[in-house]
Amino acid sequence: MPTDIIFGERVFTGVDAKAAGAALWLSGGDLKRVSGWEHKPQGFCKGDVCVPVPAARASEFVSNGAYNLAALANLLGLPSVSDAAFNAWCFGEAASERKRSLTSLDAPDFTLPDLDGKTHSLSEHRGKKVLVVSCASW
Amino acid sequence: MPIAIAFDSGGNAATEPWIKAGKPTYPCLIDRKHLVAELYDMVNVPTAVWIDERGKIVRPSEPAGVSDAFRKMNRTNFSIPADAMSELQAKRKAYLEALRDWVANGSKSSFALSEAEVLRRMHTPDDTQVRAAANFRLGEFLFEQGHAEAAKKYFEEAKRLRPESWNYKRQAWALEDPMKPGGPEFWAAVDALPEGQYYPGPDDI
Repeated sequence: MPTDIIFGERVFTGVDAKAAGAALWLSGGDLKRVSGWEHKPQGFCKGDVCVPVPAARASEFVSNGAYNLAALANLLGLPSVSDAAFNAWCFGEAASERKRSLTSLDAPDFTLPDLDGKTHSLSEHRGKKVLVVSCASW
Repeated sequence: MPIAIAFDSGGNAATEPWIKAGKPTYPCLIDRKHLVAELYDMVNVPTAVWIDERGKIVRPSEPAGVSDAFRKMNRTNFSIPADAMSELQAKRKAYLEALRDWVANGSKSSFALSEAEVLRRMHTPDDTQVRAAANFRLGEFLFEQGHAEAAKKYFEEAKRLRPESWNYKRQAWALEDPMKPGGPEFWAAVDALPEGQYYPGPDDI
Protein backbone atom coordinates (compact mmCIF):
# COMPACT_ATOMS: atom_id res chain seq x y z
CA MET A 1 0.00 0.00 0.00
CA PRO A 2 1.58 3.34 -1.02
CA THR A 3 2.19 5.18 2.23
CA ASP A 4 3.36 8.72 2.95
CA ILE A 5 5.94 8.82 5.71
CA ILE A 6 7.23 11.95 7.42
CA PHE A 7 10.43 11.07 9.23
CA GLY A 8 11.94 14.00 11.09
CA GLU A 9 12.21 16.84 8.62
CA ARG A 10 11.96 14.61 5.54
CA VAL A 11 8.90 13.42 3.66
CA PHE A 12 8.74 10.18 1.68
CA THR A 13 5.64 9.76 -0.47
CA GLY A 14 4.30 6.53 -1.89
CA VAL A 15 6.52 4.19 0.12
CA ASP A 16 5.55 0.54 -0.39
CA ALA A 17 4.52 -0.35 3.16
CA LYS A 18 1.97 -2.45 4.97
CA ALA A 19 0.12 -1.01 7.94
CA ALA A 20 -1.39 -3.53 10.35
CA GLY A 21 -2.83 -1.99 13.50
CA ALA A 22 -0.02 -0.15 15.24
CA ALA A 23 2.64 -1.73 12.97
CA LEU A 24 4.13 -0.32 9.77
CA TRP A 25 6.07 -2.92 7.79
CA LEU A 26 8.74 -1.85 5.29
CA SER A 27 11.39 -3.62 3.24
CA GLY A 28 14.94 -3.38 4.58
CA GLY A 29 15.84 -1.00 1.76
CA ASP A 30 12.96 1.35 2.50
CA LEU A 31 13.62 1.17 6.24
CA LYS A 32 17.13 2.46 5.63
CA ARG A 33 16.06 5.04 3.04
CA VAL A 34 13.37 6.48 5.29
CA SER A 35 14.88 6.20 8.77
CA GLY A 36 18.60 5.67 8.22
CA TRP A 37 18.39 2.52 10.38
CA GLU A 38 19.13 -0.99 9.12
CA HIS A 39 18.75 -4.42 10.61
CA LYS A 40 21.94 -6.33 11.47
CA PRO A 41 22.64 -9.42 13.59
CA GLN A 42 23.29 -7.20 16.62
CA GLY A 43 20.02 -5.25 16.24
CA PHE A 44 19.03 -2.07 14.43
CA CYS A 45 22.00 0.09 13.49
CA LYS A 46 22.56 3.61 12.20
CA GLY A 47 26.22 4.40 11.60
CA ASP A 48 28.12 3.18 14.64
CA VAL A 49 25.09 3.09 16.88
CA CYS A 50 23.22 -0.19 17.36
CA VAL A 51 20.12 -0.87 19.42
CA PRO A 52 19.45 -4.50 20.34
CA VAL A 53 16.00 -5.91 19.67
CA PRO A 54 14.39 -7.32 22.83
CA ALA A 55 14.69 -11.10 22.16
CA ALA A 56 11.23 -11.97 23.44
CA ARG A 57 9.67 -9.38 21.13
CA ALA A 58 11.75 -10.05 17.99
CA SER A 59 8.67 -10.89 15.90
CA GLU A 60 7.27 -7.41 16.57
CA PHE A 61 10.27 -5.95 14.76
CA VAL A 62 11.16 -8.42 12.01
CA SER A 63 8.77 -10.69 10.19
CA ASN A 64 8.97 -12.39 6.78
CA GLY A 65 11.81 -10.14 5.62
CA ALA A 66 9.92 -6.95 6.58
CA TYR A 67 10.70 -4.48 9.34
CA ASN A 68 8.27 -2.67 11.61
CA LEU A 69 9.22 0.99 11.55
CA ALA A 70 6.57 1.88 14.15
CA ALA A 71 8.02 -0.62 16.65
CA LEU A 72 11.54 0.63 15.95
CA ALA A 73 10.40 4.24 16.46
CA ASN A 74 8.82 3.25 19.75
CA LEU A 75 12.03 1.52 20.84
CA LEU A 76 13.98 4.70 19.98
CA GLY A 77 11.54 6.96 21.83
CA LEU A 78 10.34 8.70 18.66
CA PRO A 79 6.76 9.98 18.78
CA SER A 80 4.54 8.65 16.01
CA VAL A 81 1.10 9.54 14.69
CA SER A 82 -0.73 7.99 11.77
CA ASP A 83 -3.84 8.55 9.70
CA ALA A 84 -5.35 5.30 8.47
CA ALA A 85 -7.66 6.92 5.91
CA PHE A 86 -4.83 8.62 4.02
CA ASN A 87 -2.03 6.12 4.78
CA ALA A 88 0.08 8.87 6.28
CA TRP A 89 2.54 8.43 9.15
CA CYS A 90 4.61 10.96 11.00
CA PHE A 91 7.64 10.12 13.11
CA GLY A 92 9.06 12.98 15.12
CA GLU A 93 12.25 13.51 17.04
CA ALA A 94 12.84 11.90 20.45
CA ALA A 95 12.38 14.23 23.41
CA SER A 96 15.77 13.08 24.72
CA GLU A 97 17.45 14.16 21.49
CA ARG A 98 15.63 17.51 21.45
CA LYS A 99 16.65 18.06 25.05
CA ARG A 100 20.29 17.16 24.36
CA SER A 101 20.38 19.47 21.35
CA LEU A 102 18.73 22.46 23.05
CA THR A 103 20.62 22.22 26.34
CA SER A 104 23.97 22.17 24.48
CA LEU A 105 23.07 25.83 23.77
CA ASP A 106 24.44 25.35 20.25
CA ALA A 107 21.84 27.11 18.12
CA PRO A 108 20.30 24.41 15.94
CA ASP A 109 20.77 25.09 12.23
CA PHE A 110 17.84 25.45 9.83
CA THR A 111 17.43 26.07 6.13
CA LEU A 112 14.28 27.76 4.84
CA PRO A 113 13.19 29.61 1.68
CA ASP A 114 12.38 33.30 1.34
CA LEU A 115 9.48 34.55 -0.81
CA ASP A 116 11.52 34.06 -3.98
CA GLY A 117 12.34 30.48 -3.08
CA LYS A 118 15.97 31.27 -2.30
CA THR A 119 17.10 29.22 0.68
CA HIS A 120 18.93 30.67 3.68
CA SER A 121 20.63 28.82 6.53
CA LEU A 122 21.40 30.08 9.99
CA SER A 123 24.91 28.65 9.66
CA GLU A 124 25.72 31.10 6.83
CA HIS A 125 25.80 33.81 9.48
CA ARG A 126 28.32 32.22 11.85
CA GLY A 127 30.70 34.94 13.02
CA LYS A 128 27.87 37.47 13.35
CA LYS A 129 25.35 37.98 16.10
CA VAL A 130 21.94 36.77 14.96
CA LEU A 131 18.47 37.70 16.15
CA VAL A 132 16.00 34.99 15.15
CA VAL A 133 12.55 36.50 15.45
CA SER A 134 9.22 34.86 14.76
CA CYS A 135 6.29 36.41 12.95
CA ALA A 136 3.11 35.21 11.24
CA SER A 137 0.33 36.44 8.98
CA TRP A 138 -2.30 35.27 11.43
CA MET B 1 21.84 40.12 11.53
CA PRO B 2 18.08 39.77 12.05
CA ILE B 3 16.38 36.76 10.50
CA ALA B 4 12.59 36.80 10.55
CA ILE B 5 10.81 33.47 10.41
CA ALA B 6 7.16 33.40 9.38
CA PHE B 7 5.34 30.43 10.91
CA ASP B 8 2.83 30.11 8.13
CA SER B 9 1.42 26.89 6.73
CA GLY B 10 -0.28 29.12 4.14
CA GLY B 11 3.19 29.71 2.63
CA ASN B 12 3.82 32.58 0.23
CA ALA B 13 0.14 33.32 -0.35
CA ALA B 14 -0.34 34.10 3.34
CA THR B 15 2.93 35.90 3.98
CA GLU B 16 3.64 37.86 0.79
CA PRO B 17 1.43 40.92 1.49
CA TRP B 18 2.97 41.29 4.98
CA ILE B 19 6.57 40.83 3.91
CA LYS B 20 6.22 43.14 0.92
CA ALA B 21 4.63 45.84 3.11
CA GLY B 22 7.51 45.60 5.58
CA LYS B 23 10.19 46.14 2.89
CA PRO B 24 12.72 44.22 4.99
CA THR B 25 16.46 44.62 4.47
CA TYR B 26 17.09 41.23 6.14
CA PRO B 27 15.97 37.67 5.29
CA CYS B 28 12.30 36.85 5.91
CA LEU B 29 11.94 33.10 5.69
CA ILE B 30 8.79 31.05 5.26
CA ASP B 31 8.43 28.17 7.70
CA ARG B 32 5.30 26.29 6.62
CA LYS B 33 5.97 23.43 9.02
CA HIS B 34 6.88 25.59 12.04
CA LEU B 35 10.24 23.77 12.21
CA VAL B 36 12.05 26.70 13.82
CA ALA B 37 9.28 27.01 16.40
CA GLU B 38 10.03 23.42 17.36
CA LEU B 39 13.82 23.77 17.29
CA TYR B 40 13.84 26.85 19.52
CA ASP B 41 10.67 26.20 21.52
CA MET B 42 8.87 29.30 20.26
CA VAL B 43 5.20 29.18 21.25
CA ASN B 44 3.99 32.57 20.07
CA VAL B 45 4.80 35.52 17.83
CA PRO B 46 6.76 37.70 18.10
CA THR B 47 9.32 35.74 20.08
CA ALA B 48 13.06 35.90 19.58
CA VAL B 49 16.30 34.10 20.32
CA TRP B 50 19.72 35.73 20.50
CA ILE B 51 22.63 33.79 19.01
CA ASP B 52 26.22 34.97 19.39
CA GLU B 53 29.14 34.85 16.93
CA ARG B 54 30.06 31.31 17.99
CA GLY B 55 26.54 30.06 17.32
CA LYS B 56 25.66 29.85 21.03
CA ILE B 57 22.24 30.80 22.37
CA VAL B 58 22.63 33.74 24.77
CA ARG B 59 18.92 34.44 25.23
CA PRO B 60 16.41 31.63 24.76
CA SER B 61 12.98 32.07 23.20
CA GLU B 62 11.06 34.93 24.81
CA PRO B 63 8.46 37.50 23.77
CA ALA B 64 10.30 40.22 21.86
CA GLY B 65 9.34 43.77 22.78
CA VAL B 66 5.66 43.09 23.40
CA SER B 67 3.41 42.91 26.43
CA ASP B 68 -0.08 41.94 27.48
CA ALA B 69 -1.15 45.59 27.10
CA PHE B 70 -2.53 44.59 23.68
CA ARG B 71 -5.42 43.03 25.60
CA LYS B 72 -6.89 46.50 26.06
CA MET B 73 -7.43 46.68 22.31
CA ASN B 74 -10.94 47.49 21.12
CA ARG B 75 -11.95 44.07 19.84
CA THR B 76 -14.24 45.40 17.14
CA ASN B 77 -12.20 48.10 15.47
CA PHE B 78 -8.76 46.95 16.79
CA SER B 79 -7.87 50.44 18.09
CA ILE B 80 -5.57 50.60 21.11
CA PRO B 81 -6.22 53.05 23.97
CA ALA B 82 -3.48 55.63 24.59
CA ASP B 83 -2.25 54.16 27.92
CA ALA B 84 -1.90 50.69 26.45
CA MET B 85 -0.20 52.13 23.39
CA SER B 86 2.41 53.93 25.47
CA GLU B 87 3.05 50.74 27.47
CA LEU B 88 3.56 48.80 24.24
CA GLN B 89 5.87 51.47 22.86
CA ALA B 90 7.92 51.51 26.08
CA LYS B 91 8.26 47.71 25.95
CA ARG B 92 9.40 47.82 22.35
CA LYS B 93 11.89 50.61 23.12
CA ALA B 94 13.33 48.72 26.09
CA TYR B 95 13.76 45.60 23.99
CA LEU B 96 15.52 47.47 21.18
CA GLU B 97 17.82 49.18 23.69
CA ALA B 98 18.74 45.82 25.21
CA LEU B 99 19.40 44.42 21.75
CA ARG B 100 21.62 47.39 20.83
CA ASP B 101 23.49 47.03 24.10
CA TRP B 102 24.28 43.42 23.24
CA VAL B 103 25.30 44.33 19.68
CA ALA B 104 27.70 46.97 21.08
CA ASN B 105 29.04 45.08 24.09
CA GLY B 106 28.72 41.40 23.24
CA SER B 107 29.23 39.07 26.17
CA LYS B 108 29.89 42.07 28.43
CA SER B 109 26.28 43.19 27.94
CA SER B 110 24.14 42.40 30.97
CA PHE B 111 21.49 41.21 28.52
CA ALA B 112 23.73 38.41 27.20
CA LEU B 113 22.87 35.72 29.73
CA SER B 114 25.20 33.19 31.31
CA GLU B 115 24.85 29.56 30.22
CA ALA B 116 23.30 28.71 33.57
CA GLU B 117 20.72 31.47 33.20
CA VAL B 118 19.87 30.49 29.61
CA LEU B 119 19.32 26.91 30.79
CA ARG B 120 17.26 28.07 33.75
CA ARG B 121 14.93 30.07 31.49
CA MET B 122 14.66 27.40 28.83
CA HIS B 123 11.68 25.09 28.65
CA THR B 124 13.10 21.58 28.29
CA PRO B 125 11.49 19.49 25.56
CA ASP B 126 9.53 16.51 26.87
CA ASP B 127 7.51 13.60 25.45
CA THR B 128 4.30 15.64 25.39
CA GLN B 129 5.96 18.38 23.37
CA VAL B 130 7.42 16.07 20.72
CA ARG B 131 4.08 14.23 20.47
CA ALA B 132 2.31 17.56 19.97
CA ALA B 133 4.82 18.49 17.26
CA ALA B 134 4.29 15.18 15.44
CA ASN B 135 0.53 15.72 15.49
CA PHE B 136 0.86 19.28 14.20
CA ARG B 137 3.24 18.12 11.47
CA LEU B 138 0.85 15.39 10.29
CA GLY B 139 -2.03 17.89 10.34
CA GLU B 140 -0.01 20.36 8.31
CA PHE B 141 0.96 17.61 5.84
CA LEU B 142 -2.66 16.47 5.34
CA PHE B 143 -3.77 20.09 4.96
CA GLU B 144 -1.13 20.71 2.31
CA GLN B 145 -2.34 17.60 0.47
CA GLY B 146 -5.82 19.09 0.36
CA HIS B 147 -7.32 17.09 3.24
CA ALA B 148 -8.37 20.00 5.44
CA GLU B 149 -11.08 18.04 7.25
CA ALA B 150 -8.77 15.13 8.08
CA ALA B 151 -6.09 17.56 9.27
CA LYS B 152 -8.32 19.03 11.99
CA LYS B 153 -8.05 16.03 14.30
CA TYR B 154 -4.26 16.35 14.46
CA PHE B 155 -4.28 20.12 14.94
CA GLU B 156 -6.75 19.62 17.79
CA GLU B 157 -4.51 17.01 19.39
CA ALA B 158 -1.46 19.30 19.09
CA LYS B 159 -3.45 22.13 20.71
CA ARG B 160 -4.66 19.84 23.48
CA LEU B 161 -1.17 18.52 24.25
CA ARG B 162 0.43 21.98 24.28
CA PRO B 163 -2.13 24.52 25.39
CA GLU B 164 0.69 27.05 25.85
CA SER B 165 1.36 27.10 22.10
CA TRP B 166 -0.46 30.03 20.57
CA ASN B 167 1.22 29.12 17.29
CA TYR B 168 -0.72 25.86 17.12
CA LYS B 169 -4.01 27.49 18.10
CA ARG B 170 -3.82 30.50 15.84
CA GLN B 171 -2.34 28.66 12.85
CA ALA B 172 -5.06 26.02 13.00
CA TRP B 173 -7.73 28.73 13.28
CA ALA B 174 -6.19 30.65 10.36
CA LEU B 175 -6.40 27.59 8.14
CA GLU B 176 -10.12 27.30 8.97
CA ASP B 177 -10.89 31.00 8.50
CA PRO B 178 -8.46 33.93 8.15
CA MET B 179 -10.55 36.00 10.60
CA LYS B 180 -10.61 33.37 13.32
CA PRO B 181 -7.17 34.02 14.90
CA GLY B 182 -8.41 37.49 15.98
CA GLY B 183 -11.99 36.44 16.64
CA PRO B 184 -14.08 35.61 19.72
CA GLU B 185 -12.39 32.24 20.35
CA PHE B 186 -9.00 33.92 20.48
CA TRP B 187 -10.13 36.59 22.90
CA ALA B 188 -11.89 34.03 25.10
CA ALA B 189 -8.63 32.05 25.31
CA VAL B 190 -6.64 35.20 26.09
CA ASP B 191 -9.14 36.31 28.74
CA ALA B 192 -8.82 32.90 30.41
CA LEU B 193 -5.13 33.66 31.11
CA PRO B 194 -3.92 35.75 34.04
CA GLU B 195 -2.53 39.18 33.06
CA GLY B 196 1.03 38.91 31.79
CA GLN B 197 0.76 35.27 30.74
CA TYR B 198 0.07 35.74 27.04
CA TYR B 199 3.46 37.35 26.57
CA PRO B 200 5.36 36.21 29.69
CA GLY B 201 8.26 38.55 29.05
CA PRO B 202 11.68 38.44 30.67
CA ASP B 203 11.98 40.45 33.88
CA ASP B 204 15.36 41.92 32.95
CA ILE B 205 14.18 43.88 29.88
